[in-house]
Amino acid sequence: MKDRQQVLSRTKTLKIDGHDVSGREDETILDVARENGIFIPTLCQLDGLSAHGGCRLCLVEVKGSSKLLPACVTHVAEGMEVVTNSERLIEYRRMIMELIFSEGNHVCAVCVVNGHCELQSLAQRIGMTHVTVPYLYPRRVVDASHERYALDRNRCILCTRCVRVCDEIEGAHTWDVSGRGIEARIVTDLNQPWGQSETCTSCGKCVNVCPTGALFEKGKAVAEMSKKRAFLPYLTLMREKRSK
Amino acid sequence: MIGDELIKIAQAEQAEKAQYPHHIHVCTGTPCLASRSDMVKQALEQELEQSGKARLCRVKGVGCKGLCAAGPLVSVEPDGILYQGVTPDDASVIVASLDSTPVKRLQCSLEMPFFKRQVKIVLENSGAIDPESIEDYIAADGYQALFHVLTMMTPAEVISQITKSGLRGRGGAGYPTGLKWSTVAKSHGERKFVICNADEGDPGAFMDRSVLESDPHRVIEGMAIAAYAIGASQGYLYVRAEYPLAVDRLKTAIRQAKKLGLLGENICGTPFSFNVDIRLGAGAFVCGEETALIASIEGKIGQPRPRPPYPAEHGLWGFPTLVNNVETFANVAPIIRKGAEWFSSIGNEKSKGTKVFSLAGRVVNNGLIEVPMGITLREIVFEIGAGIPDGRQFKAVQTGGPSGGCVPAQYLDMPVDYESLLEIGTYMGSGGMIVVDDTSSMVDVARYFMEFSMTESCGKCVPCRVGTAQMYNLLDSIAAGTATLEDLALLERLCDVVKHASLCGLGQGAPNPVISTLRYFRDEYLARIRQQEVV
Repeated sequence: MKDRQQVLSRTKTLKIDGHDVSGREDETILDVARENGIFIPTLCQLDGLSAHGGCRLCLVEVKGSSKLLPACVTHVAEGMEVVTNSERLIEYRRMIMELIFSEGNHVCAVCVVNGHCELQSLAQRIGMTHVTVPYLYPRRVVDASHERYALDRNRCILCTRCVRVCDEIEGAHTWDVSGRGIEARIVTDLNQPWGQSETCTSCGKCVNVCPTGALFEKGKAVAEMSKKRAFLPYLTLMREKRSK
Repeated sequence: MIGDELIKIAQAEQAEKAQYPHHIHVCTGTPCLASRSDMVKQALEQELEQSGKARLCRVKGVGCKGLCAAGPLVSVEPDGILYQGVTPDDASVIVASLDSTPVKRLQCSLEMPFFKRQVKIVLENSGAIDPESIEDYIAADGYQALFHVLTMMTPAEVISQITKSGLRGRGGAGYPTGLKWSTVAKSHGERKFVICNADEGDPGAFMDRSVLESDPHRVIEGMAIAAYAIGASQGYLYVRAEYPLAVDRLKTAIRQAKKLGLLGENICGTPFSFNVDIRLGAGAFVCGEETALIASIEGKIGQPRPRPPYPAEHGLWGFPTLVNNVETFANVAPIIRKGAEWFSSIGNEKSKGTKVFSLAGRVVNNGLIEVPMGITLREIVFEIGAGIPDGRQFKAVQTGGPSGGCVPAQYLDMPVDYESLLEIGTYMGSGGMIVVDDTSSMVDVARYFMEFSMTESCGKCVPCRVGTAQMYNLLDSIAAGTATLEDLALLERLCDVVKHASLCGLGQGAPNPVISTLRYFRDEYLARIRQQEVV
């Protein structure tokens, strides 16, 4: 990582939404946009975890590319011209958000993270006022077998932050995704109840990185749970320092 | 293995063949085996034994002869007589006819357009050689190209030949093969890999399976040449587990090639070393997408990742990796043997060479065909395919599988090449061609493919995971006559989002069957909606 940063430390200048900005070659469009206060919505992305590229909310238009590119994994390049807020992108984001809501059973009024939910606030921010696609009302299993935490799959959006934090930061790899397509769901170990997991260290990182109320602490009532994520950049930074 | 040895093996094989005045070839591809060609072969061998003609005629199992609908197929060489629908009971009449007139009742005319209109490069050995015999392949000029490349050409010269030939990826998208090879060759990496994508999964497509079952050595030879060109020493054949016969024959082929020193260390006495291993897919369609395929070989969940970086730069275990389709590799040896000019003289301006199609659906001659690029669909359907059975009307051809679209009657005279197909809203795809007649509804066709995409979506990205399920539900209600015009408008909005926002080719292509059928057969959708509005 260190060598890579030294090799790739050349800076590039580019335009995002007409603003002239600069970034290092190893930075993504998202990194540089955030640094310059340009908002690009994200859900699966979380600083300190590997990129996933699954939520597709951060898609941007890049001049010269016929395809929309995810800002979270696309590196900046010299002379790049990026558009993050075209009519088309706004429409796509809203539709993707509606698809996320239609897929699960998201009832904010009874959710532990109501008012502290990334999904909820992002939906508001990108202007989703109602869902125009039919709700799928899936039947999903809740797992409350863990003594401190619970998993309500009805609120899961399959961002895989829990999978990544458990694997990459905690090193336990308790979580993974089972099944595919609309049947995909997160599971612990080899699909056994969370409480019986032999690898789970009960560290709670998964609960805190979860953007919705899918993973939550037991004993919290509606709207009582807020997530603490400060540990993640801290851990990442400390590890980088130690490796130097 | 040195050049003389190759020639010796070829000569020995030819001498062996010359001992017999007659040869009976029995197709042992999956379709013919399914109609028990193995029993036909056994019966023929027994009959020859019993009638005392065992020294006059040799029975050989060969690969696919193409006309799968008429199997089991048996041919008598060198007379060039083809028999169709042969049963074990027919063995005696066939053996009895060897020195007299052919059995009229079983004979299938080789003069029909199905055979006459084809141009065979990839399938030149299919149905002619025993896929389980490396000697038979060598006798048909096999491994000559590899030997020539290793002893007479530099890697750069090989790539230049492939570039000049104009060969483009046969997996569907048509990326120039030479350009891909040179990109991998120029990428820096301690190791490099060659991967053959044999995870053919489009409904109605069986080209790659037939090539692997009929001529496995040709694919291995192509991979070895590619490995030399890009500087790789390890290759993987990623084959779906649903192709057990292809896997068996590949295993046999790899073992034989290793034994003769055509795979392994110091191939043909040169410093070049190359090994091939087989990896089995576990049935996920998305693993045909190259980054998902690579993840699967690495032992991870078969899910795609965003590109760039492309595998050419950052592939298997992070090393530069060349991923080509079965048919692409199968074209390599002939290009080296006969030259780039020869190859580029076939086909049309931007699409060179031939393309193998599996012709299926409502067409008389179902089977495997190889035609020059630029041939018209009319020729394929009405001459080679002999038209629509039962006097029905032609409606459309579906190409490109679940990521493709349909070609309606007004484009029957359009040339079949990469660009023309894209222009009318479908794409070449890997070569599945399903003919639809007037008994089928295009709404049902679209719904069928959407169901396929929905169940095969890996679930990683939102537009594909949820969008395909939503689109399937909408198509289902249109088909059931319970949808409204608003539903149709929503379907079109979803098509747009899923096509442009999905992560990989599966999601990006999933709306195509809907977009294409809406473009040409919108009235069929409206008819189902109006019905309901009238009620």
